[in-house]
Amino acid sequence: MTHTLGRADFDVIAGWVEPGHRVLDLGCGDGALLRRLIETRGVQGWGVEIEDANVLAAIRNGINVIQSNLENGLGDFADDAFDHVVLSRTLQTVRHTEDILREMLRVGREAVVSFPNFAYWKNLRSVLDGRMPVSEDLPYQWYDSPNVRFFTLLDFEALCEQMGLAIRERSVLDEHGNPVENTDNREVNFLGSLAVYRLTRPR
Amino acid sequence: MPGQSVGAVKAQRARFDQPLQLRSGGILPAFDLIYETYGTLNAAGSNAILVCHALSGHHHVAGHYADQPDNIGWWDNIIGPGRPLDTDRFFIVGVNNLGGCHGSTGPSSANPATGKPWGADFPIIAVSDWVEAQARLADRLGIDSWAAVIGGSLGGMQALRWAISYPERIRHAIVIASAPKLSAQNIAFNDVARQAILTDPDFHGGHYYEHGTRPVRGLRLARMLGHITYLSDDQMGEKFGRELRNGSFSFDFDVEFEIESYLRYQGDKFAGHFDANTYLLMTKALDYFDPARLDDGDLNATMARTRAGFLVVSFSTDWRFTPARSREIVAALLANGRDVSYAEIGLNFGHDSFLMEDAHYHGVVAAYLGNIRT
Repeated sequence: MTHTLGRADFDVIAGWVEPGHRVLDLGCGDGALLRRLIETRGVQGWGVEIEDANVLAAIRNGINVIQSNLENGLGDFADDAFDHVVLSRTLQTVRHTEDILREMLRVGREAVVSFPNFAYWKNLRSVLDGRMPVSEDLPYQWYDSPNVRFFTLLDFEALCEQMGLAIRERSVLDEHGNPVENTDNREVNFLGSLAVYRLTRPR
Repeated sequence: MPGQSVGAVKAQRARFDQPLQLRSGGILPAFDLIYETYGTLNAAGSNAILVCHALSGHHHVAGHYADQPDNIGWWDNIIGPGRPLDTDRFFIVGVNNLGGCHGSTGPSSANPATGKPWGADFPIIAVSDWVEAQARLADRLGIDSWAAVIGGSLGGMQALRWAISYPERIRHAIVIASAPKLSAQNIAFNDVARQAILTDPDFHGGHYYEHGTRPVRGLRLARMLGHITYLSDDQMGEKFGRELRNGSFSFDFDVEFEIESYLRYQGDKFAGHFDANTYLLMTKALDYFDPARLDDGDLNATMARTRAGFLVVSFSTDWRFTPARSREIVAALLANGRDVSYAEIGLNFGHDSFLMEDAHYHGVVAAYLGNIRT
């Protein structure tokens, strides 16, 4: 649940927020994303984090951080309190997937979700070779991984469809953080290591 | 522990001759506050931190007295050079609140109208009255705005009240193991404590000073009860379990279990020096505290009055002021888009955790204060 690794999705997210926006970052780690959004985009930011060490680091970074377990929902946050609610590289660690997505769009106008795409070709090749994938965007061994949900870009889009969530923008990145440009969705699913989505409520 | 003690300190006294209008409707014609300071106030007067005490606390927050090396301040572990409330950077002020029994004007002080101790005639004091008195002390010390006001439990309520009453005079509030108001259970515990004192035959309607006696038995019971609620069940189990002092049952009502021995010792120690009328006043201040009454019970509206940044801290094993109570404060601040951080510390000492030295807990306070501009 930290932002210590690749920051490619940060660039995408920074492009989607406006100065003065209120941003809530769920699983904010040491607050690196918020720090960056505050400094470069002039937003107001709050983070939610469960780990003691990250809470301490975020406070040290001068970030507003609320120690809380995402699995318990976002009950401390009022409806429509934020312009953007960010869940960066964390959705795959949350058990209650639909609940957290619904909560994000209750407290925020838009949800920004990034996650590692398990259908990325290198991940698939790894499985075909008989081993669970370990990569820049999946930096854990199977036995120490915080990830509890394993899904692909197309799986996620099917869930959004099912929940009636509108996908406003999508950015798919390869392992080096470069955008995957392809018009065929199945190709994108194959070529993308990290997916970043901008969601709004059902209309 | 990291950092150092502030060393030898001295208490100071300030006299205030302007009458103080109290929340209860009463008026204090004049009053004294006893206080201590550690560190140096900078030229801009912008590095001052007020430490507010809880039910039984006082102005002697840190360090020791030159002639009493064992009389160490009640929150010495967090204050000093290199400690979270770093006296190399901050000017720290500790004050004994009105109604106290450690040197500030209180029930054992002389009532100017009669020349005798106030006793039960001392007006009921509210948390907002303490804030008014502390504001006068700030004026006296040349502090226009506190860099931070910090406190645990009833002390946290004062920090909260500061942010509501004087938004322009407090830049940060650090509210630890506190609540926006007491629960019915909290009030119930306080009332049992008060009943223990009020029904002690030595209480004499609060005028026991004139009878040359003190309601020691009632105060002792009140403290024993309070003490149970400040500890966690787990901690009590670990520390005392069912240990017997003499190894076997004696089938009588003397002290048998270690926990009994401990509580009686704590009760005796406290009743030996604390003033029962002050205890009554402090518990009433707790019970009445409910700043959302300013806005018909709407805490969100009340917190809209604040401007300070907040650090709210709770302890997982605190069942007197649970983490959920701290989160009420956090939620009301978030609803107003205020700067707030919240840490829930896993410490095993129940409500008393706020007084304990713990690397993570103190790290959080130090990190927050480290980012405060002075």
